[in-house]
Parts: sequence; structure tokens; C-alpha cells
Amino acid sequence: MATEYKTIVKDGLWENNGVLGMLLGLCPTMAMTTSATNGLGMGLATAVVMAASSLLVSVFRSRITQEVRIPVFILIVAAMVTLVDLCMNAWMHELYKVLGLFIPLIVSNCLPLARLEAFAAKEPVMPSLMDGIFMGIGFTLALTAIGAVREVTGAGTLFADASLLLGPAFKFMEMHLMPPDMGVLMMILPPGGFLVAGLLVVGKRILDVRAGKAIQMGGAHSAA
Amino acid sequence: MKQQRMMIHGVILGVFCLGFAFILAVTDRLTAKDIAARALEDRQNSLSQVIPDSIHNNNPVTNTILMKDGQGNEITVYRATREGKVTGVAYEIFGSGYAGKIKLMLGVDAQGKVLGVRVLAHKETPGLGDKIETKKGDWILRFNDLSLGNPPVEKWKVKKDGGQFDQFAGATITPRGVVRAIREGLEFFAANKAQMTDIDASKAPMKEAH
Repeated sequence: MATEYKTIVKDGLWENNGVLGMLLGLCPTMAMTTSATNGLGMGLATAVVMAASSLLVSVFRSRITQEVRIPVFILIVAAMVTLVDLCMNAWMHELYKVLGLFIPLIVSNCLPLARLEAFAAKEPVMPSLMDGIFMGIGFTLALTAIGAVREVTGAGTLFADASLLLGPAFKFMEMHLMPPDMGVLMMILPPGGFLVAGLLVVGKRILDVRAGKAIQMGGAHSAA
Repeated sequence: MKQQRMMIHGVILGVFCLGFAFILAVTDRLTAKDIAARALEDRQNSLSQVIPDSIHNNNPVTNTILMKDGQGNEITVYRATREGKVTGVAYEIFGSGYAGKIKLMLGVDAQGKVLGVRVLAHKETPGLGDKIETKKGDWILRFNDLSLGNPPVEKWKVKKDGGQFDQFAGATITPRGVVRAIREGLEFFAANKAQMTDIDASKAPMKEAH
């Protein structure tokens, strides 16, 4: 069992990383990685939704018939997104003012749906929950990394406004590395997103090849 | 037999829909009051940013009149009063941005001078168009103390259009929409000044204020 969890963790964080391994969820990835903070916020919100919907799908997996599974999965993801949206608006309003913009976008992310289909619909509850959490964290890391590269090259800052997202205690994370005029604007615009995401995918593949692994397309668990 | 199999899928889907609809309905009920309270707090906060405390001794959230703008839309005008005089008004204005409407709150004193402008809601590109927020930049503060004659009307444009206001790098449409919204907001005040600053203008029926 322990090795199975280890595989899930490794899969989520690196091997089958949602963005850098499976190239899923690129729509919110391109849209929200204009800064490291935005990437982090989008990633965290997605991780919460992924964990909750993986758990639910796994619990009900024997009740959901093959024919209607896709609409049911979509229903579950959309319901979780709405739930998170309402609760944050009511009880975490400061955070909501920053993240609120991103939350509805999670519905349009195909990564949660792919993991429900490929993993949670077949596996027991605990592994599914773990898969949701670690795929979510892997997504967060990838988005933060892409956001960091784009922000540093495009705006000359790193983790700007992180204190709005995480609270005043994280003010220290906000860095100004270059004068703002030095930034290459293109990196913040959509082309920069494709460039940076592409370069990071290449970087991951090079590291994998160096480590002697076969290049994985889609990966072991993925059927999507 | 086959018919029955078909049925079961519909039933399963229907049960899930009902179940989640119920959960969402309950959540909506549980959060509605808090969300409304937060929205009111936000409104009070944005009002206090565009109407300085020093010019009034009432609560502008509770002193409102309803007016119609040129397009027939209803506008709620919040009014600051002091010693029986209207000293300032604030109302929502809308600009068309890069990605939909930009909602702003404009505060104007009794002479038509801008007391302050703040963005309430927008969908502009993060990192580019969102510099209109005070959190991300002080661009929006440059409108303080300006009025329709200062600068002259034909200069109420972004520099790219021959006006006097800076656009920001990578985003022209957003500031253009904001500048235009403020100019139109000031024109609205100029056209309706008498009614807006009339202390006896009939108050709008007020929803319960906390």
C-alpha cells in the first residue's frame, strides 16, 4: 500500500504532472499565470476542487453507470466549484476578493475531469483523495513556476501581491528584481504563456531523459 | 429489458442532479446573509473612499435618491450631507473595458469636482488592465480634484486619443473605457446638478441597512 501512495505522490508532483506531463488544463494555465501569485491562487483553488470531487466520485463510483458517468462527473465538479465559490464569498471574503475571479474558471479545466475518469472512477476512496490532492498540488507547482518565470521576465517582480492572497505575513515574498520598464511585455501576454509552458515541458523531458526514464506521453494512469 | 436499462441511467443522473441541487440550495441559503453583509461592507468601504469623512456628518449609504441616466437605467445616488446641505454625491458608473463592463464608483463634490474614483468590479486582464485597481497601482488617483473644465472636455481622453491621461503599457482599452466613464459620469452630474444637490429631493426607499 505504501508504495502505491508513493506512486500517487510522484505521479501527481512530477511524472504525470497535470500541466508539464499530461499537458492538461492549459486553458486556465495560460490565462492565470501572468504572475506567480495568480498561478498559486488558481492552483490552490483547483486543488481544493480536485480533492473534493475525486473523493465524491470515488465514494459513488459503484453507483454511477458507464453511460452517464461524464455528465455526473461534470455535475460534481461544477457543484464543488459553486460550493467553494459561495463559501469563500461568505466566510473568507478577503481571500475571495483576490481568488474570486479564478474560481469559476475551474469548471473549464479538463484536468479534474481527466483524473476523475482515469483514477477516481476506478480506485478506492483514500487513494482517490490522495490523487486529487497531489494532482492539485502538482498543478499548483506548475502554475506557480510558469507564473514566476513570466512575472520575473515580464514585470520584473516575483510574488507581487502575495500578501493579498496569503495574508500580510507573506509580505516578505514580494520581490522587485528589476525596474518595471525592463520587463518584456510579451511574457505577460498570451504568447509568453505558451513559450514558458513549452520551455518548462522541454526542461522536464530533458531531466527525465537524463534520469534514464522513457518519455511518457499521457502516462500510466491516464486514459484521457 | 433494454428499455429498463436505459431508464436506470436517467434515474441515476436525475438523482445526482437532485442531490447536488439540494446541497447547493442549502449552501446558498446558509451563505446568502453573510454574502449580502459582505457586499454591503464593500459598498460602505468604497463609498468612504470616494467621499471623504470630513465633508459630511451623515451616512451616505442611507441617504440615496434614484435617478435615470440617458439610457433609462436606474442609478442610485448616495449623498453626503452636512448642515442641511448636500456636500457631495457618489454613484456607480460603467466603462466598457477589454473584457466586459468595468464598474466604478465616482464621488463628486457639490461643485462637480471629482472627490475620488474606485473600481468596484472588472474582468480586465490580470497584470495588464488591472492597474486601474488601487491595490495594483495609483493610476486611478490622478482623477482626484479634476472636473469637466479641468482639463477641458476635449482633453478627457487617453494620450493615444489626443487627451491628457496616460494609458498603461500593454493596455489602452481599459484606461480609455475608464476615462470615458468618468467623463460621462461628470456630464451626468452637470446635467442633473440641481436635483442631485437638492437636500429635499425625495429619498429612495431604503433597503434595511445594517
